[in-house]
Amino acid sequence: MFDRRSLLAGAAAVASLPLLGRPARAQIDTLKIFVPANPGGGWDQTARTIEAVARMEGLIKSAQVTNLGGAGGVRGLPTFVNQWKGQGDSIMVGGMVMVGAIITNKSPVTLSQVVPLARLTGEYNVIVVPAASPIKTFADFTKAMKANPGAVSVAGGSAGGTDHILLGLIAKAVGVDPRQTAYVPFSGGGPAQAALLGNQVTAGTSGWGEFEEQIKAGKLRAIAVSSPARLPGIDVPTIKESGVDVELANWRGIFAPPGISDSQKIAAFDFTEKLAKSAGWKAECAKRGWSDEYLAGDAFARFLDADVKRIEATLKDIGLA
Amino acid sequence: METLAALGNGFALALTPTALLFAAIGVTLGTAIGVLPGLGPALTIALLLPITFKVDASSAFILFAGIYYGAMYGGSTTSILLNTPGESATIVTALEGNQMAKRGRAGPALATAAIGSFVAGTVGTLGLTFLAPLVVDFALRFGPAEYFSLSILCFVTVSAVLGGSALRGLIALGFGIWLGLIGFDEISGQERFTFGLNELRDGVGVIVVAVGLFAVGETLYLAARHRTEEGVLPLTGSLLMSRSDWARSWKAWFRGAGIGFPIGALPAGGAEIPTFLSYYTEKKLSKHPEEFGKGAIEGVAGPEAANNASAAGVLVPMLALGLPTSATAAIMLSAFQSYGIRPGPLLFEAQADLVWGLIASLYIGNVMLLILNLPMVGLWVRILRIPKPLLYGGILVFATIGTYGISNSATDLVLLYVIGGIGYAMRYFDFPTAPVVIGMILGPMAEAELRRAMIISQNDLSVFVTRPLSATLLALALAALLAPPLWKLARRRR
Repeated sequence: MFDRRSLLAGAAAVASLPLLGRPARAQIDTLKIFVPANPGGGWDQTARTIEAVARMEGLIKSAQVTNLGGAGGVRGLPTFVNQWKGQGDSIMVGGMVMVGAIITNKSPVTLSQVVPLARLTGEYNVIVVPAASPIKTFADFTKAMKANPGAVSVAGGSAGGTDHILLGLIAKAVGVDPRQTAYVPFSGGGPAQAALLGNQVTAGTSGWGEFEEQIKAGKLRAIAVSSPARLPGIDVPTIKESGVDVELANWRGIFAPPGISDSQKIAAFDFTEKLAKSAGWKAECAKRGWSDEYLAGDAFARFLDADVKRIEATLKDIGLA
Repeated sequence: METLAALGNGFALALTPTALLFAAIGVTLGTAIGVLPGLGPALTIALLLPITFKVDASSAFILFAGIYYGAMYGGSTTSILLNTPGESATIVTALEGNQMAKRGRAGPALATAAIGSFVAGTVGTLGLTFLAPLVVDFALRFGPAEYFSLSILCFVTVSAVLGGSALRGLIALGFGIWLGLIGFDEISGQERFTFGLNELRDGVGVIVVAVGLFAVGETLYLAARHRTEEGVLPLTGSLLMSRSDWARSWKAWFRGAGIGFPIGALPAGGAEIPTFLSYYTEKKLSKHPEEFGKGAIEGVAGPEAANNASAAGVLVPMLALGLPTSATAAIMLSAFQSYGIRPGPLLFEAQADLVWGLIASLYIGNVMLLILNLPMVGLWVRILRIPKPLLYGGILVFATIGTYGISNSATDLVLLYVIGGIGYAMRYFDFPTAPVVIGMILGPMAEAELRRAMIISQNDLSVFVTRPLSATLLALALAALLAPPLWKLARRRR
């Protein structure tokens, strides 16, 4: 982490960097990456991969990753907004989970206070049932849910997270009160998968990557994915194909701190674009199973706005906002 | 036979100089971080993840596994010597271990912990090698109803640490349950008891509470009472285990391993629950129950074996199903992804060399840990020759730095000393402190699993008795509660 002294030193160093006034293609000396999650998770892996790729591509000389995890990113966000203010060469990793956590935690600091740089990657959810389940298709699933929502238990991550939001969206779209659904929150992918493999719950949902190997091994049956179109190389229908108008991506992106100058902003956007379009980045995404969802600048800002509204409405339906 | 051939291949991989070097670095590093309170294996491995960009997969995993096993060994050292648990799985070790140290028996306590860890680590690794498919099958039968019943069975273990007054013990337990409920509730998504403090949203760390109650509370208590004393802790008897120490330890090691391995393999079992159950079992089976609370060696041998066997157990669902069931396993699995390996049920077949090399390195790491730790016993006990005021001053510094190391949060330091103050008051008014920690770990688990079970069963409470495994666990809990008084009654009648 950092203390006040190194922070001041950092701020002074940033202020004195001649590089910031220069044209945007200059190499960044030390990229500072703020991760509002603990080491090891998805955001942390995104940060470490950005570091490795940016260094390999010669965009930066070195990077420094700071983790401050907790409460879906809500614990770290105020630190980034208040203490990293005005520091060029700094980015924060975040994503859809944070949007939901800000709403459920009623956080006074929100993503409107940082500069959205780009959406980088996304992961779509898959809905699965145990291999032995009588439910064969997504239509069977919604039919069972309509008949008795309380009897269709669905395992996923913490309450109010991506998985819960997806179930809320589906319930509403098929005319079931989202509060009546039997959502079973687990503290992580492992326990949720174990509940599915042990036939403890009717169905489950999580990111495709989380369940991929179980699906391939035939232990879980994938009945739908939450993407707008079928995922390349994956023979699973979308939710939309079943006539239910729902799609959802658990996206991850990067943000710059508030209070940076226009030239710093240009440099940050330039860095983001070079990173996201580099061969190294695409190769890492492929290796890690992240789908490349690059969307930069104003387009990303508009997307973010719409996503916040949609998630807030869904969380209200579920009864969490 | 197939397994043996695969294991042979694994040993061929794990005995190469590079692999041995990584295993040695891993176990040494693991022991060191186990000794430091706060810095756990999960965090250490996470910090080392960037090396996956540099070294090959099998070296990285041998290193990580060494850290994981090593931390389980190292955690006991500070529990025994300084009453400052380095890991939540070694909290129970502090109960008897520190009492032994205070009576000059630190040497045998450290030795039984090290040898017990070796025995249980090896038993656990054997289980991982030969029983993984069976154990996985059993583990998946545990649903929320079973976990709730398991936690009820564990609550019985509180009776082993209640001390003189059941009322005081239960108040301490209730306080612990309350501490455990602070923070974000994952079932309802709401905050509880956070008083609007950002830092409390993720709850209170169990290590902060354990270190605060045990180490800080005790230091304050001693400082308040022995103001002028300059004494040194006595160091009587041998550093080695006596014949009777061996006789009392070996059964506890195997019982601890027998409890730790299967529970570690449960997706939500964890490493703490087997230590509670082992402690309770040892106290009930011991021929010297009166020594418990005053330094009974079985109370160190059993729980230490249990936590090491559970570490091997955790690897069962991770390797057999690709399920990360602990923070450390989750981070190891994310390391697999850096190599483009997707962990899953096909891992054993798809990455046979990697998996068997890893398993073989666990056997080797265990031997290395024993060689590393036994000679260290003599060195460690010298810490206790430090005069008391300096020693306890040092413990405070150590506890403070360690706590700050967990989260770099000043709030945790405030919390540490507030809880330390509470620990002092509890000691002063003769409240036992161990139930606080047990309540803190079991309370939230029981609550979350009860609510999950109720969501699934649509609020039908009968699931706890209609599901055979759950009913068995509840029957065990009931028997443990009712058998002793009934037994007494029956005797009196006769």
